[in-house]
Amino acid sequence: MSILVNKDTKVIVQGFTGKEGTFHAEQCLAYGTKIVGGVTPNKGGQEHLGKPVFNTVKDAVNSTHATVSMIFVPPMFVADAVMEAAEAGIKLAVIITEGAPVRDMQKAKAHANKHGMMTIGPNCPGIITAEECKIGIMPGMIFKKGNIGLISKSGTLTYEGANQVCREGFGISTAVGIGGDPIIGLSYKDLLAMFEADTETKAIVMIGEIGGDLEIQAASYIKEHITKPVVAFIAGQTAPAGKRMGHAGAIVSGGAGTAKEKMAALEAAGVKVVISPADIGKAVAEVLAK
Amino acid sequence: MNIHEYQAKQIFAKYGVPTPKGMLASSVEEAVENAKVLGGPVWVVKAQIHAGGRGLGGGVKLARSLDEVKKYASEILGMTLVTHQTGPEGKLVQKLYIEDGADIKDELYLGVVLDRAKEMPIIMASTEGGMAIEDVAHNTPEKIIKVAVDPAVGFQGFHGRELVFGLGITDPAEQGKFIKFAAALYKLYLENDAEMIEINPLVKTGSGDFIALDGKMGFDDSALSRHPDIEAMRDISEEDADEMEAAKYGLSYIPLDGEIGCMVNGAGLAMGTMDTINYMGGTPANFLDVGGKANAETVAKGFEIILKNKNVKAIFVNIFGGIVRCDRIANGILEATKLVDVHVPVIVRLDGTNAPEAAEILKNANIANIITATDLADGAAKAVAAAKGK
Repeated sequence: MSILVNKDTKVIVQGFTGKEGTFHAEQCLAYGTKIVGGVTPNKGGQEHLGKPVFNTVKDAVNSTHATVSMIFVPPMFVADAVMEAAEAGIKLAVIITEGAPVRDMQKAKAHANKHGMMTIGPNCPGIITAEECKIGIMPGMIFKKGNIGLISKSGTLTYEGANQVCREGFGISTAVGIGGDPIIGLSYKDLLAMFEADTETKAIVMIGEIGGDLEIQAASYIKEHITKPVVAFIAGQTAPAGKRMGHAGAIVSGGAGTAKEKMAALEAAGVKVVISPADIGKAVAEVLAK
Repeated sequence: MNIHEYQAKQIFAKYGVPTPKGMLASSVEEAVENAKVLGGPVWVVKAQIHAGGRGLGGGVKLARSLDEVKKYASEILGMTLVTHQTGPEGKLVQKLYIEDGADIKDELYLGVVLDRAKEMPIIMASTEGGMAIEDVAHNTPEKIIKVAVDPAVGFQGFHGRELVFGLGITDPAEQGKFIKFAAALYKLYLENDAEMIEINPLVKTGSGDFIALDGKMGFDDSALSRHPDIEAMRDISEEDADEMEAAKYGLSYIPLDGEIGCMVNGAGLAMGTMDTINYMGGTPANFLDVGGKANAETVAKGFEIILKNKNVKAIFVNIFGGIVRCDRIANGILEATKLVDVHVPVIVRLDGTNAPEAAEILKNANIANIITATDLADGAAKAVAAAKGK
């Protein structure tokens, strides 16, 4: 078991033949991901990386029965791509593209919800079920198979966390980079529920950051519903208020969304909160030893 | 991106949101000329900087004669205005906005922002105009009315009614005027990809009209490419020169007041690195995300920008190589040290893809002030020690 994706998941790539799409699709194929085709308008009928190219997501789904789409289209086309995937019957869209306007994501996510399609991202590294299926841009080799579920707003902190977990002798079941934009798809709460239900996952690492209140929502959810141990790190304890720290959503505005309040809420929910990301691995070992 | 009050009011006017008559001036003479054209008998002389709290800082004055316009204009123009939003260094006032005085009966607050939890814009209104909304939210949250408006549905009559009844506006004619005002504001928020709009205060005049006495707008940077008219309003003198220089090279840089320069890939790890330095007893001098494509040129630029800050006593390069291979980054660092005179200790932690090869490259290069670290904790500890001269 794992969550959302596994070795049998059929994946298409929107923005398949572009530079980024090509490079990362190739890496995913090498990892073993079942990429069954891709979509680039006006290139339908061609072959790319040994897989068929389609003009529309509908064509791609009809002929390949893919359920997941990995999206690499340019930022201004993200909303269009997401809504197209939703209407074509895709079940999960993983949006890697950075820089999609907030208003577009608002519209696209509402439309995806209406059609029962889940989304991950935008501006995220993607999702990986260790040694089975990688849908995204993360370096596959650091994710050894194991029993730790990982959820993170940050790409490189996902790698940092996974790497430490593996160095401690554990491994990853599934790791999900949810992105740091103001409006994102699946959030901590949704994924915590999935990891709680997943028999393979024994503990969960959640990495958050300043801005918004998803981590606070997660804390109340953990208190009520999560029985597995959770380790958390919140980035941006030293970030100045009112400044956007790289990610579009990483900003303390009007005194709300600070690392301090998030850490306190998580601690109150029984989560093992670390002050430095350097302690994530050790903390996982600690909570599992209990 | 933020814009000035006078620019926000230009956008308001386009959408029929009432504002006082006003004119921009960049000299004292121009201020007086504008005041003559506006006619008086009362004018407001307002500093144009990208920060709130201008009035309390002495940047907004009421003038009752042309002589007073002249006096206040010469006082404010060229002053360094310090408000709770500018930081202690303040901001130089280079432009004035000369406005007709308004007949103020009541001061209200009206704003539109994205509610991240609801995933839609909300209109915020309050009877406590003229005060910092953060303080109102903190001390008397019941005095803020929040109405979420789904863009798919648009601003409806009931949204307007929630606002006017919440604010205690009882006169039907006034209700109609306020609802029209709020609807126009919501429309311009959506159509311009604004991130926030704040009108504080929005005044009710003696004759029961509503006017935007102030105006503050910020925009979604990701959407600027489809709004060339807004992009044209950018005032580069209001932005940090080093941040802008860094952005040209794809670097995300924010100066802080500590001693350890940081160069990191990824925003989350960059914040996490600052937090770790702080945890170990040091102080970060900056946030710097070199992005996913760190190479010799970007690393060199990063060193250059970090070292402009004279407080920097050590630099911590913390890279977790994913798709980017660490050996390439190690070579990039060596190249960069040839391009830039790096006179402080540089602690380098390279982990991830090809990390052992990278360590070998740095070891063989044998550069005196490059210190290698095995992981994040080790690197942060070494950087803190180096900054303290140990």
